[in-house]
Amino acid sequence: MTTVSAGLGLLRERVVGQLATKVGLFVVCGVLLVLVVLLSAGQGAVNVPPSEVIGSVLHKFGLGIGPMPTHPRGDDALWNVRFPRVTMAVLAGAALATAGAVMQGIFGNPLAEPGVVGVSSGAAVAAATVIVFDLDFAGTWTIAVAAFLGGLVTTFLVYLLSREGGRTEVVTLVLTGIALNAMTSAGLAFLLFMANTSAREEIVFWQLGSLNGARWEQVGVVAVLAVVGVAASVAMSRKLDLLALGDRAARHVGVDVEHLRLKAIVVVAMLTAAAVAFCGIIAFVGLVVPHLVRLVIGPGHRLLIPASALGGAVLLVAADLWARTAIVNADLPIGMLTSLVGGPFFFWLIRRARRTAGGWA
Amino acid sequence: MSADATKNATMGTRQESVPASGTGQVLLAGHSVSLAFGSAQILDGVDVEVRSGEILALVGPNGAGKSTLLGVLAGDHEPSSGEVTLRGKPLASCGAKEAARQRGVLMQKQALSFGFLVRDVVMMGRAPWHRSPEAEFDETIVDASIKRADVEHLGSRNFPTLSGGEQARTAFARLLAQDTPVLMLDEPTAALDIHHQEQVLSVVREAADAGAAAVVVLHDLSLAAAYADQICVLAHGEVRAQGRPADVLTAELLSEVYAHPVQVLHHEDQIVIVPVRRPGGSR
Repeated sequence: MTTVSAGLGLLRERVVGQLATKVGLFVVCGVLLVLVVLLSAGQGAVNVPPSEVIGSVLHKFGLGIGPMPTHPRGDDALWNVRFPRVTMAVLAGAALATAGAVMQGIFGNPLAEPGVVGVSSGAAVAAATVIVFDLDFAGTWTIAVAAFLGGLVTTFLVYLLSREGGRTEVVTLVLTGIALNAMTSAGLAFLLFMANTSAREEIVFWQLGSLNGARWEQVGVVAVLAVVGVAASVAMSRKLDLLALGDRAARHVGVDVEHLRLKAIVVVAMLTAAAVAFCGIIAFVGLVVPHLVRLVIGPGHRLLIPASALGGAVLLVAADLWARTAIVNADLPIGMLTSLVGGPFFFWLIRRARRTAGGWA
Repeated sequence: MSADATKNATMGTRQESVPASGTGQVLLAGHSVSLAFGSAQILDGVDVEVRSGEILALVGPNGAGKSTLLGVLAGDHEPSSGEVTLRGKPLASCGAKEAARQRGVLMQKQALSFGFLVRDVVMMGRAPWHRSPEAEFDETIVDASIKRADVEHLGSRNFPTLSGGEQARTAFARLLAQDTPVLMLDEPTAALDIHHQEQVLSVVREAADAGAAAVVVLHDLSLAAAYADQICVLAHGEVRAQGRPADVLTAELLSEVYAHPVQVLHHEDQIVIVPVRRPGGSR
């Protein structure tokens, strides 16, 4: 009797423990996001302390609480330069991490990521084409639409080329990524060759990835894509769980696999386009964040996706802050930083996948 | 009403009981099913019927087309000709979810891409019932299924860390949790020890006695003889014999089909099938 009740107590403790971990992750990420946003918004040539950042925001929304920035150009700097940039970082980070989580779900492979498999560069080629040939068919949306189409085509390509018998082997996926990245860099090189000086500068910016010069109207475009994409991902999260069983078994428990995969590919392309359209190629966010989240709260997509979105936002805002402050008076390309950190992480993941799968399976 | 439903739910099947005597309703059927991959004819005009209250065992040598037939019946492969019906309705016209509420499939090999917990995996079997009145019993049914498949002690383990047999039993629990009138199992006993072989097939037997229709691919002929009501012997993609174990499992037929002398023994009311071995061992 006592062993039974002790067992029940243990079970309850574990269940409560799991719940606490899950809630805890969201709370910690939420708090971190607020802190890092406040810090990042205040940091720069015109320094604004966090309390004044809060004050400025509250004043903007008609609540006259808190101190206004003391620096004469402080309020301007916040609203015209910093806030668009920080918001862009939040949105792009959330979009990239979510795209990674969804992609890993449909490929059944924890190494799938838009940057690694070439989807980001596919989107960047399309966006660069728009810049070089000075195309304009949808106003502010032109670049985003082009990036979306480029991302869609490359995602389909990766999917068609790397799947065999309902699964994607690690080695096939990585090799497909290499081939696609080679093709897209050739495309980018050609565009670079074709472009005039100003367009050339813009293309270099795609390749490096940067949040510098984000504008509110761009933020608006990215916000629509990111919010719709994350919402759609959350909506399909239950079925992504079932896809872990493999295509056939997922169908046996009632998933229309082809339909789901098509939807997921469109969503991945949309999320990648959201990030690439105005920030360029920022790789590895979609790899690192979902992986860390899985370590903490497990692989269930219903929590993994929102937690990844939140974590991606934190990571990218922090990375951007680092990019702006690491070297005085220099704005480092953020894509370079994420690759610098993400590359070794990717190495480690490959090694681990190789060990646990007993070879290159 | 709710109490009754809960009781049925814990039983695992929602059908009314029917006598297990070959008179049950046909729940799953293949009519002159043929399938060719390229020039290889895998199945050739196969007719099978799986009835409520019965276990149908598919037996035959390697490459006879047993797993492929099961795949066709499950809707994984489209037959080149012929038709599969699930509860009288063409399977091809059933949606994935509709089919999943009627039949559950246990595959030969288990795979899982991410480290889900055993209980989460079993809960995946409840997916077809999401947003239906049955979803109310998800927890009860999952608990009961975990118990019936004897994986209670693994509940909080990570699926990929389990042994092959433990994974197979977890997948079996998932199949039970799906709570369908038709159960399809592809070599459910292959990875299991003798205790769990008997245990898994007893649970299938119980489900059939409660009205389920089960089709099981088996290699062990003695197991098939002990648990199945009907046996279908396949060879080279064709049905060689079909009927009650005692009628079908003859030394003559089996020796021919398996291209190896086989003897059929009767021991304490059981049929035991053993290969003929040279005296003093097979060396």
